[in-house]
Amino acid sequence: MNAPGRSSLAVLLGGLALPLGAEEWHVGAGRPFTRIRDALAVARAGDTVTVHGGSYREGNLVVDRSLTFTGLDRPRLDGGGRDEVITVTASHVTIRGFEIVHGGTGSLHDLAGIKVANASHVTLEDNRILGCSFGIYFSKARHGIARRNEIIGAPAAGPDNGNGIHAWSSEHLELAGNAVSRHRDGIYLEFVTDSHIARNRVGECLRYGLHFMSAHRNVYQENEFIRNGAGVAVMYSREVRMEANRFRHSWGSAAYGLLLKDISDSRITGNVFEHNSIAVTIQSSSRLLLEDNQFQGNGWALQVESSSTDNVYRKNNFVGNSFDVTTHGELELNRFEGNYWDRAELYDLDRDGVGDVPHRPLSLFARLVDRVPAALLLLRSPLVHFLDRAERIFPTLTPDRLFDPQPAMRAHPR
Amino acid sequence: MMLRIVRYVAGDILRGRIILAYAGCLLVASLGLFNLGGDTTKALIGLLSLVLMIVPLVSVVFTTAHFYNTQEFVELLAAQPLPRATILLAQMIGVMLALTAALLAGIAVPVLLYACSATGLTLIAVALLLTAAFTALAFVAAVLARDKARGIGAALLIWFYFGLLHDGLTLYALFLLEDFPLEGISLTLLALNPIDLGRVLVLLQMDVSALMGYTGAMLKDLLGSGTGIGFAVLVLGSWIAAPVLAALWIFRRKDL
Repeated sequence: MNAPGRSSLAVLLGGLALPLGAEEWHVGAGRPFTRIRDALAVARAGDTVTVHGGSYREGNLVVDRSLTFTGLDRPRLDGGGRDEVITVTASHVTIRGFEIVHGGTGSLHDLAGIKVANASHVTLEDNRILGCSFGIYFSKARHGIARRNEIIGAPAAGPDNGNGIHAWSSEHLELAGNAVSRHRDGIYLEFVTDSHIARNRVGECLRYGLHFMSAHRNVYQENEFIRNGAGVAVMYSREVRMEANRFRHSWGSAAYGLLLKDISDSRITGNVFEHNSIAVTIQSSSRLLLEDNQFQGNGWALQVESSSTDNVYRKNNFVGNSFDVTTHGELELNRFEGNYWDRAELYDLDRDGVGDVPHRPLSLFARLVDRVPAALLLLRSPLVHFLDRAERIFPTLTPDRLFDPQPAMRAHPR
Repeated sequence: MMLRIVRYVAGDILRGRIILAYAGCLLVASLGLFNLGGDTTKALIGLLSLVLMIVPLVSVVFTTAHFYNTQEFVELLAAQPLPRATILLAQMIGVMLALTAALLAGIAVPVLLYACSATGLTLIAVALLLTAAFTALAFVAAVLARDKARGIGAALLIWFYFGLLHDGLTLYALFLLEDFPLEGISLTLLALNPIDLGRVLVLLQMDVSALMGYTGAMLKDLLGSGTGIGFAVLVLGSWIAAPVLAALWIFRRKDL
């Protein structure tokens, strides 16, 4: 039962000096073991436990040694609606190829499909986790990887419905290529640092697609967030990079694509915001750079609270939004540079691609609506159209220093 | 008898150049909007502005002008043994039918071709109802004023009030009363202007209610549901029926 070809395991185990003599244990009907629990009990660190197709209902399985735990033909692990299905307490564990269903819900402890607690270098890949309270749960984990997992929650569970991927007090995680839907939050990160979240698809979650609190120095790339309750919320974090994500269809009276609250020194670049009630709402955030983003068909593209300072909005496209910018302050310390505004009325005599007159993105009507929301009743009324035009020519009620001095004549290519 | 007068009035208008020009302009505008942008939602929004401003304007001006131009015909009819209500009602229905025909050719056909959705159908319905309402309102102005210039002036004033002034007053009222619950007030202000009511009906179909926050949710509840649409159509209907009845009442007592 030697497995000499397990070089990847050898690499993974690194200094653990166990690659030689690693054994592979088989579980399944007509195999040496019929119960996973028995195989896990005899396997030593460095071994592989391979589970063959079938359904296994063994309550809570604890992986407390550095094992590779693999499912062949997608065996189904059933938590019976009572237990956490897999709990990993050892480092250097790999779990792949399982279908995990019916995880329990706990009122004292958060029970998950797969929980990784106090362990490092744990890899969870190609699993399918259905109807569990929490899908994947990292607690005080370092260098954990979750990739290509499919996680679908059971929203009917109401308050018992946990988060798809939940990480707490962890660092250097890599969450990539997962598909998460119908959980409370799709991906929830709290006190998680130096992590990389990429190419995940998160949809139809009850609250946020991605929610992070006090999670610094993280990078979010090429994720897609569709039809989540309130989009993505980023709170109390520093040095965040959000690149090339897609925020779509967060549509409802309190819904937004991206909420930035108490964020600083972060870059939001190359993202697409499409058909959200509010694409980006910025509260008490400073030193942000929003560059090369596409705002299309949103209710409000940017809603900036006056407590936000030193932010730069550069080379974004604003196309077909009901309102481009709204604020109740002056936004004196925010700079708009070289954006494309589809409703700007510009001319370009020297043909350098930059409008010769500045554009004022904050319309009078946006200002009025900000004061009395019921005024939205007059959306697209001819009167409002005339008022906005008059205000653009002679600004009286809108802040006269809020303008884009170099508006682009054409949309920036994407 | 009434049917014959209606047929005569409508046929007379439809043979004229003005109604043809109206239909042609609408058609060119709608086709332009649908073909230029590419995005049907954008085109429908442009068409909505057209329906809210141009359709009422043409309705009132055309109606009053037509009324004064056919005054001799009306006097001739009044000399016959016909009830006055029949004469005026036939005139009104004839004008409404002619304007409706222009609207169907100029807006309904392109909308059905390019954007046959709930929004498009609502837009067509709103355009038709607004045409009828403003034709009826213009008839009130026309039967009240003996002088052609004053009649057309009054009709234009009606258009100006509902098209712009009412919205300004609405805005002012909402700001004055911002500390009070505004649902009832805003709904009342909406119902008091057929143009606003039509605009909100179309916007609700475009699902912008989410933007309107609480007000939008309330409007969606009130006007977006089946009963709500019924209510709105009822209000718009009374915006047609009330001026029709008023015009008939005045015309019956009028010294021709």
